[in-house]
Amino acid sequence: MIHSLFLINYTGDIFLEKHWKSVINRSVCDYFFEAKEKALEPENVPPILQTPHHYLINIYRGKLFFLAVIQTEVPPLFVIEFLHKVADTLQDYFGDCSEGVIKDNLVTVYEILEEMLDNGFPLATESNVLQEMIRPPTILRSVVNTLTGGSNVGDTLPTGQLSNIPWRRAGVKYTNNEAYFDVIEEIDAILDKSGSTVFAEIQGVIEACVRLTGMPDLTLSFMNPRLLDDVSFHPCVRFKRWESERVLSFIPPDGNFTLMTYHVSSQNLVAIPVYVKQNISFMETGSCGRLDITIGPKQTMGKTVEGLLVTIHMPKAVLSANLTATQGNYTYDLATKVLVWDVGKLNPQKLPNLRGSLSVQSGAPKPEENPSLNIDMKIQQLAISGLKVNRLDMYGEKYKPFKGVKYLTRAGKFQVRT
Amino acid sequence: MQEWANQLCENRQFGSKMTDSKYFTTTKKGEIFELKAELNSDKKEKKKEAVKKVIASMTVGKDVSALFPDVVNCMQTDNLELKKLVYLYLMNYAKSQPDMAIMAVNTFVKDCEDPNPLIRALAVRTMGCIRVDKITEYLCEPLRKCLKDEDPYVRKTAAVCVAKLHDINAQLVEDQGFLDTLKDLISDSNPMVVANAVAALSEIAESHPNSNLLDLNPQTINKLLTALNECTEWGQIFILDCLANYTPRDDRESQSICERVTPRLSHANSAVVLSAVKVLMKFMEMLPKDLDYYGTLLKKLAPPLVTLLSAEPELQYVALRNINLIVQRRPEILKHEMKVFFVKYNDPIYVKLEKLDIMIRLASQANIAQVLAELKEYATEVDVDFVRKAVRAIGRCAIKVEQSAERCVSTLLDLIQTKVNYVVQEAIVVIKDIFRKYPNKYESVIATLCENLDSLDEPEARAAMIWIVGEYAERIDNADELLESFLEGFHDESTQVQLQLLTAIVKLFLKKPTETQELVQQVLSLATQDSDNPDLRDRGYIYWRLLSTDPVAAKEVVLAEKPLISEETDLIEPTLLEELICHIGTLASVYHKPPSAFVEGSRGVQHKRLPGSAGSGESVESPDTGSAPVASEAPPAVIPSQDLLGDLLNLDLTPTTTTGPPPPSSAMQMGAMDLLGGGLDSLPPVPLRRDTPQSPQPPHQSPSPPDYSPTELGVDLGGSPAMTAGFGAPPTAGPPSFTAPVSGGLDDLFDLGGGVGMPMGAYVPPKTLWLPAMKAKGLEISGTFGRRAGVVQMEMTLTNKAMSVMTDFAIQFNRNSFGLAPAGPLQVLTPVSPNQSIEAVLPLNTVGPVMKMEPLNNLQVAVKNNIDVFYFSCQYPISMLFVEDGKMERQVFLATWKDIPNENESKFQLNDCHLNADAASSKLQGSNIFTIAKRTVEGQDMLYQSMKLTNGIWVLAELRAQAGNPNYTVSLRCRAPEVSQCVFQSYEAVLKN
Repeated sequence: MIHSLFLINYTGDIFLEKHWKSVINRSVCDYFFEAKEKALEPENVPPILQTPHHYLINIYRGKLFFLAVIQTEVPPLFVIEFLHKVADTLQDYFGDCSEGVIKDNLVTVYEILEEMLDNGFPLATESNVLQEMIRPPTILRSVVNTLTGGSNVGDTLPTGQLSNIPWRRAGVKYTNNEAYFDVIEEIDAILDKSGSTVFAEIQGVIEACVRLTGMPDLTLSFMNPRLLDDVSFHPCVRFKRWESERVLSFIPPDGNFTLMTYHVSSQNLVAIPVYVKQNISFMETGSCGRLDITIGPKQTMGKTVEGLLVTIHMPKAVLSANLTATQGNYTYDLATKVLVWDVGKLNPQKLPNLRGSLSVQSGAPKPEENPSLNIDMKIQQLAISGLKVNRLDMYGEKYKPFKGVKYLTRAGKFQVRT
Repeated sequence: MQEWANQLCENRQFGSKMTDSKYFTTTKKGEIFELKAELNSDKKEKKKEAVKKVIASMTVGKDVSALFPDVVNCMQTDNLELKKLVYLYLMNYAKSQPDMAIMAVNTFVKDCEDPNPLIRALAVRTMGCIRVDKITEYLCEPLRKCLKDEDPYVRKTAAVCVAKLHDINAQLVEDQGFLDTLKDLISDSNPMVVANAVAALSEIAESHPNSNLLDLNPQTINKLLTALNECTEWGQIFILDCLANYTPRDDRESQSICERVTPRLSHANSAVVLSAVKVLMKFMEMLPKDLDYYGTLLKKLAPPLVTLLSAEPELQYVALRNINLIVQRRPEILKHEMKVFFVKYNDPIYVKLEKLDIMIRLASQANIAQVLAELKEYATEVDVDFVRKAVRAIGRCAIKVEQSAERCVSTLLDLIQTKVNYVVQEAIVVIKDIFRKYPNKYESVIATLCENLDSLDEPEARAAMIWIVGEYAERIDNADELLESFLEGFHDESTQVQLQLLTAIVKLFLKKPTETQELVQQVLSLATQDSDNPDLRDRGYIYWRLLSTDPVAAKEVVLAEKPLISEETDLIEPTLLEELICHIGTLASVYHKPPSAFVEGSRGVQHKRLPGSAGSGESVESPDTGSAPVASEAPPAVIPSQDLLGDLLNLDLTPTTTTGPPPPSSAMQMGAMDLLGGGLDSLPPVPLRRDTPQSPQPPHQSPSPPDYSPTELGVDLGGSPAMTAGFGAPPTAGPPSFTAPVSGGLDDLFDLGGGVGMPMGAYVPPKTLWLPAMKAKGLEISGTFGRRAGVVQMEMTLTNKAMSVMTDFAIQFNRNSFGLAPAGPLQVLTPVSPNQSIEAVLPLNTVGPVMKMEPLNNLQVAVKNNIDVFYFSCQYPISMLFVEDGKMERQVFLATWKDIPNENESKFQLNDCHLNADAASSKLQGSNIFTIAKRTVEGQDMLYQSMKLTNGIWVLAELRAQAGNPNYTVSLRCRAPEVSQCVFQSYEAVLKN
């Protein structure tokens, strides 16, 4: 099972180590540093490395590497999932998962890690349960603790640990009972030069924020559940009910959680909200090129496209860009060769356009690679797949909760090839 | 309001001062001293702060072990946080201060009785983490109690603790009976306890490969399946992995397990999903294909696999490596999902490369247009490695999907026009393969290729180009000039290019003898006289001799028709694939190697295989047929390998040594197929390809330019570069073939000897069935091993149970523990007609390549006949390796016995042996187990015996026999204790027969 964990920052300093079995010298990380060196970009470090006596499995999150050391055959996905869970938990506890925050809360982090694994076996990984055992630091609590000598470690066994619903603690109480659901869909798409879709799919997720007293039993139903054929659920969802009735029936965890994720990949179901007309060309001779991009609405279901942002990784030889934008601003970063055009809201009456010339290093050959356009955008109050929540019912408790559903569509990996 | 805000602000500052970063600011000097003072402070709060500082230093890797006694003093406290912190410290440093750690024992034992289950669990958990032998003694009693605790939280913690203890002191765990208690916990009422018990048992089982710890039967399976629904995501992973080891009794059980596992495919945790996929992939094998449920299951598998690809890149990578295996085993699952494998430009490079690989596996006539368009797009990306692989992929598509070949070639030509150096070079390498696959079809592009001759600077591309020029010399007007231009820098070229150049010029000469005589002489002299590379020299001499003695034969050999290359060259070899499917989701599946090849500490990992399908009637549980490919769908002529055509051989080229890690077991299959499938078809059955140069039938020279295995003469013979993979056989493989003719001649003599029968011959076990006719298209082989007149023999009965005549028998062994190898070819000279049996005796020697096998005396054999190649494995009695001069001098025996450490001694009990000591002694002597001395003490006979193995290992034995008691005790001492088990088996076999 998982032997040790090292937290390593962007520059390659180990700033935390935790061993669940015998201590492994940090020199084992040298193999990782070697690979990191080779990979140039931190994103490209291979996630699994083999060393003579150990395996190193790492993830890269928020400019930090979480590096697990294992010695025997352990499912690598298990390790990777666990590392992400660690990052999520720290995020939950401290609102951020960065080197600074971790160093500020080092002892708490250490306590959390100890609680999450025992001898390499996961022990308590549900945020709910952990927060009962080790209370997250709050300003008020640290003040009170200093004054009273109290502690931020719970001294009773968390109730969720052993019940059939480990994700929910007992005795939850709220004065305002509320349950909110955000249906968020991301469009991953590749469009080719001519604008036709090479590939498109929707990654959907329903994020929930549930603050309800007691042990509520919720049922969420959809207007069109047939859209969903590829789903993953939070463990709280009763799979049988879904199979037979296509409704989500569950006792929710307390607080924020991801209720389900889904995936719509059938191409004709995926609407592409914008079209992009683009032309980026470089002269065979002479050191310049031209760029002309226009963006317009395509299938937006009558909603407005906002937060439109175009990112282009230019070929290395491009020195500067002299462009005019009819809307928004553009920047060109010389060091990274990234052109960013922040368009903002898409106005269907007056389509935004960016055009002008690019200057290329003189003498350099005509760039071979075609830069791809990366599009960011969001559309409020729309789930582009057409998914709609029908109703939410609560059983098991008497009060009437506030309920709400929000929809949001945004671009995931949305690329236009040139 | 303003006031309130100010207050908040102050609080915030106060709060930020309270963070742990202050622990980093302490100055180095006197730090320890200061902490010591604070730890001994009377104030609780100060104490806690001090311990926190200590922990903070520890987490960043500073050594604070000097504070051990002071920290331990803080342990007796009611404050749970302080207690936890001290425990954290203890776990880290107890090992370095074992005597001090004992001080903590009392507190632990007391805490294990605490009314609060949290504290009981914490105590037992921490105690298990203190890796000090002395403490473990005190741990046993509390642990026993905790395993039976009324609170499941304590029980589940205790379950893990057993695994910890086992890691520290395995013997203790067994002696104390904790393993049985742990097994009982599998039936616990709480699912979390079940999951942890399974996890602990799995971990323990890993270091005990043969113990039957996780004894799975329908009842336990049912319990696990119940717990599966209720435990945490991590517990589900453990349980699913455990389920995957079970072999259902029939297809109905298999189906019912599948039905209960399927809901796990919708879990949010991708590790759960992949473990579920493993169980389903394995159990699916048992379902009849015409069953409706089978189709449903196939459909259900696709969406979760696709979903895995939208997760974080690290998860995607593991998923892709596994999908690569799944597509090879069951392409139908994902055949409509090509698009999800399209590469996004901001995917990490490791994801890109994997996606590309899978795209090619899924490429078919239906989607090839899309795939090609994508690949062309990728070929203009920035990342050089990725671009190269994309170009290669286009070539692989051409070879895989015949209808697309033309489009692929034109795409490649477009890419060559870009003149980007590395793109051009890759394109030329793959075009060479396309020429091989579709001869006389695309040669019109040669002119374009020749234009780029000057820009090639990589050996592989140069070699490919030279091959093309040589192969099509008659169509290239200035072929001689082109080759001559390469010849100028001959000595600076890499071996690969040199060998290719030599062959190409010889081809040219045979095609256009008049103009190129000078050129060929030049290259021959360069190769034979000026080069110190033996491979090059040898090849040069062969050509020279051929050309000078018989130009017609030379033409036949050098310009012989080449075997076609297949698109399947990059597939994983079927038996390995089956094993890997059983290991989906593990490291093995990521590395595409069997776990035995690389997992440290798992001595003798058992090879897992897929259960047979219900319809085929094959027996599922016959370990002996382990290496026989169960999958009959796999076309046998395919020469599988691991990766792109390119980097095949690097794996096997390293010379093996006896102690080296065992290479992937596939080596044997590859090698044998190579030898038998490729080479022998066109040659008379006698000489194998490692023939002496003087042989009248030298290997034909064929042209795959990248000459991967420079140690071999006949390298190119197999055709596809991949075929040479098996030839990883190290140079040690040489001797047997050179001695072959000699011992071949002696065969008959030995046969006679064997026929007459030695009066006190070595024990020869009766023949057993090695290869059932069902698995070998009608060929049945049974056989045994024996040692006759000092020669080890394999005695076989070959029975033809098919309808047609069998001819052209040949045999080959995989590398094995004692280097057994055939000393000559298999002598089956007459064809075997249907229903006929013939006896064949194959003399063996022990100078073959060595690889440690599991079990030690396992031998993997490939037999070829005119129908196919078949594999089986058998075990030989180690007694046949006992040599005749195995009698040790008395004095030497005594000294050696003392010299071998006690832990190398193994004791065995031999039951029901009704021989007296003398009879036993003479019986053993027949098998070269020599009695050196005999002693009788109090009615007990003690025989001291020695034997020597062919590889020079001595085994010393003491045999105790009590008069009237049929049970003997055998104690064996040997410097290589792993042979003891086999030696004892021989004792048993000899004495009982």
